[in-house]
Amino acid sequence: MATNILKEKYSSKINTVTIGATKEQGGTRTSTVTVGGDASAPFLHYEGEIPLKPVAALEIQDIAPTDWDPILQKVYAEVSGDPVTWAKKAVEFGADLIYLKLAGSHPDNGDKSPEECAKIVKDVLAAVGVPLIVVGSGVEEKDNAVWPVVAEAAAGENLVIGSAQQEKYKSLAAACMVYKHKLLALSPLDINICKQLNILITEMGLPAESILIDPSTAALGYGIEYTYSILERGRLGALQGDKMLAMPVLLQIGYEAWRSKEAIAPEEDFPNWGNQEERAILWEAVTAAGLLQGGANIAVLRHPESLRLLKKNSEELMVKPEL
Amino acid sequence: MALTGLDIFKQLPKTNCKDCGSPTCLAFAMALANGKASLDQCPHVSEAAKENLGAASAPPVRTVKVGVGEQEIVMGDETVLFRHDKTFYHETAVAVQVSDTLSGAELDAKIEKINGLVLERVGQKVAINLVAITNCSGNAATFKAAVEAVAAKAQFALLLVSEDVAALEAALPAVAAKKPLIYAATAENWEKVVALAKANNVPVVVKGNGLDDTAALVEKVAAQYKELVIDFGSRQQAKTLAEHVNARRLAIKKKFRPFGYPMLAWTSATDPKEEILEATTYVAKYASIVVVKADEKHHLLPLFAWRMNIYTDPQKPMAVKATIYEIGEVTPDSPVYICTNFALTYFAVEGEVSASKIPGYIVAVDTDGASVLTAWAAGKFVAEPIYEFVKDCGVLDKVNHNSIVIPGHVAIISGKLKEKSGYDVIVGPQEAAGIPAFAKARYPQLMK
Ligand code: B12
Ligand code: SF4
Repeated sequence: MATNILKEKYSSKINTVTIGATKEQGGTRTSTVTVGGDASAPFLHYEGEIPLKPVAALEIQDIAPTDWDPILQKVYAEVSGDPVTWAKKAVEFGADLIYLKLAGSHPDNGDKSPEECAKIVKDVLAAVGVPLIVVGSGVEEKDNAVWPVVAEAAAGENLVIGSAQQEKYKSLAAACMVYKHKLLALSPLDINICKQLNILITEMGLPAESILIDPSTAALGYGIEYTYSILERGRLGALQGDKMLAMPVLLQIGYEAWRSKEAIAPEEDFPNWGNQEERAILWEAVTAAGLLQGGANIAVLRHPESLRLLKKNSEELMVKPEL
Repeated sequence: MALTGLDIFKQLPKTNCKDCGSPTCLAFAMALANGKASLDQCPHVSEAAKENLGAASAPPVRTVKVGVGEQEIVMGDETVLFRHDKTFYHETAVAVQVSDTLSGAELDAKIEKINGLVLERVGQKVAINLVAITNCSGNAATFKAAVEAVAAKAQFALLLVSEDVAALEAALPAVAAKKPLIYAATAENWEKVVALAKANNVPVVVKGNGLDDTAALVEKVAAQYKELVIDFGSRQQAKTLAEHVNARRLAIKKKFRPFGYPMLAWTSATDPKEEILEATTYVAKYASIVVVKADEKHHLLPLFAWRMNIYTDPQKPMAVKATIYEIGEVTPDSPVYICTNFALTYFAVEGEVSASKIPGYIVAVDTDGASVLTAWAAGKFVAEPIYEFVKDCGVLDKVNHNSIVIPGHVAIISGKLKEKSGYDVIVGPQEAAGIPAFAKARYPQLMK
């Protein structure tokens, strides 16, 4: 080891969280995913242990999304609208886990009942062996009704269920406690709100180790610097011993990146920005790679090529160097 | 280590002559210790004191410049490890490689392509900064010819890449006036390469092999010449990252001189998209220059955006003046769009109104530089303040109608705003990208 080295001394680390459960563990997954455990700033192997690599989920929805860019529509043309075949496709593409958004439970988008949602979750679980993250449509009353039913139907599977928010966490926290799932807590780019929400949830009795956090993602070019700095501050806080910031971080990269103009503007309209497909894929992948440097543990992506790129990048970053 | 005010005071003339602008030598010493003054403000300081204090009062990362005029790049002079601590100042320069094995028409075509790597996003020009001519041929005369051809046509500063002293000696003198950066001084060749850099007054990259080796080499070089950039020699991402972070920490926290210079990183992937992800890591973690092979706009645009974001000042949101903007040749029939004065928001809307080919007014409401939803959530972009701003700015005196278009994301305020103002409040699309289609459907008669 080189002598010209200045190591920071940290007193704590990021929680280690496992998602999914195999048969022996009471579920039906053929593989599980464990994230976190980082004891240093991102990828500084010389400073503290980084036992686990960041992972990538692909996003699927229970109904065919109408607002996805044609580039994505093309990739999923055969499977869009059928969460079961879509999930299989995502696994083929190399997703470490599936992020299932129950978009069809939205009152304006089909208003699926909690029972219908639970069946979709069960069907997807039956179709693939990887662990599952399930999120509601974001409509408060509906999510509150859907969560407990989904949690019960998938009892033992150790899902991640989201997204709890400041005024909207009690029914989810209770469901995760009873049926032993992990909870995803979403806060609006504010480290104090992030902590506060974790405090409220743990006060209800859900252990801190059962929480993942989404401190809000912004896309490259559209506020990503705020997310990046919040991640850096959160990681430093956690390493310095703040237990209410020590949860692994999940980021909704695909959703944000594929709303950006640079991802969706066709080449005809912006010839000076070059090929749209390459540009869009990189818009998503650079958003993810940039935020890896802030301290992301799970990236939720949409395009299989950005998934490949991100996995390649995190593998390189996990190679422990000789200094 | 940083000197205290008292350490500095001991080295000053102690005459309290005030020529430095401070009332006493002690006050000047304190200002110097806090980084609020520079030693050259005291005309009476002795050479010996300069020598002793110069190093201690210098910034943690030295400023090094490459190129001249419009092509000049300023590197270094960073003071923090995290952008949330203050801000980063000098954006990572992107260098694109050109091999000297290209010649004639091929080389011309490559230079032309590289000259086209100037893009525009959110109202700003973004571009690469350097052309790196690599001595792949291994031949000094070939290198010289390629360097001269690039220098004659390229719109960017130059990076001359060869560890062969003869090749650098051949190529440098003719282009020295452009102040290129030369690469590299190594353990084997440093005496000659540094002498060459010094004689031609150009900066030079010191390339070592890992932290300790590089520190030792920089110390030797810096005793003679300080216009340096560091390359730790790693071509592996996690290693380069670790070296950069460690070096910058030592420079800033311990004022460790050998690492107090701008750093340069090379990407190693052959796939251009993989290369851009590697470069993303180096932009985040302290590279002043990143050298890539990628030369397509669609690959570089995301990297440029990342660089812009990392180097924005977190202390002041980029805001535009809150006022009325006229886009195109407006007439009394023109639509009036309402947005916030966050620069990103404004430029997104401006770009689309302009692309719609229907001239229009944009009113950037004062939201202290917050985006639409952020301002809405903070109560700064809701019915009352919007109404007050629109009324006071007088935009509706310029048109023959009383309708305003608001962003779709704040559709929820339309009722209240209508009630409050009596205006015809039209809810526009959610994303600015929807404006051209919206405008064409709504105002076909106004198409230019
Ligand atoms: C970066 C950010 C911040 C930054 C501020 C950056 C800034 N200068 O505004 C910070 C960290 C400071 C911040 C703070 C807060 N934020 Co904030 N923030 C974001 C984030 C991540 C991105 C916002 C952004 O920059 N967007 C890019 C710009 C260009 O978008 P835009 O202004 O909306 O413009 C687009 C469209 O609206 C449209 N458009 C704009 N104008 C017009 C005009 C017309 C006529 C038309 C047709 C279209 C149009 O075109 C643009 C491009 O498509 C979003 C979430 C997200 N991922 O989007 C949350 C978000 C906006 N924030 C939110 C909140 C709640 C807050 C806080 C209140 C929370 C808190 N921490 O207390 C504070 C408020 C602070 C305060 N008191 O001022 C919420 C908003 C609430 C909601 N919708 O329910 C969001 C949506 C996050 C969330 N999901 O909860 N935030
Ligand atoms: S100019 Fe120099 S000598 Fe005069 S007061 Fe200032 S520090 Fe002292």
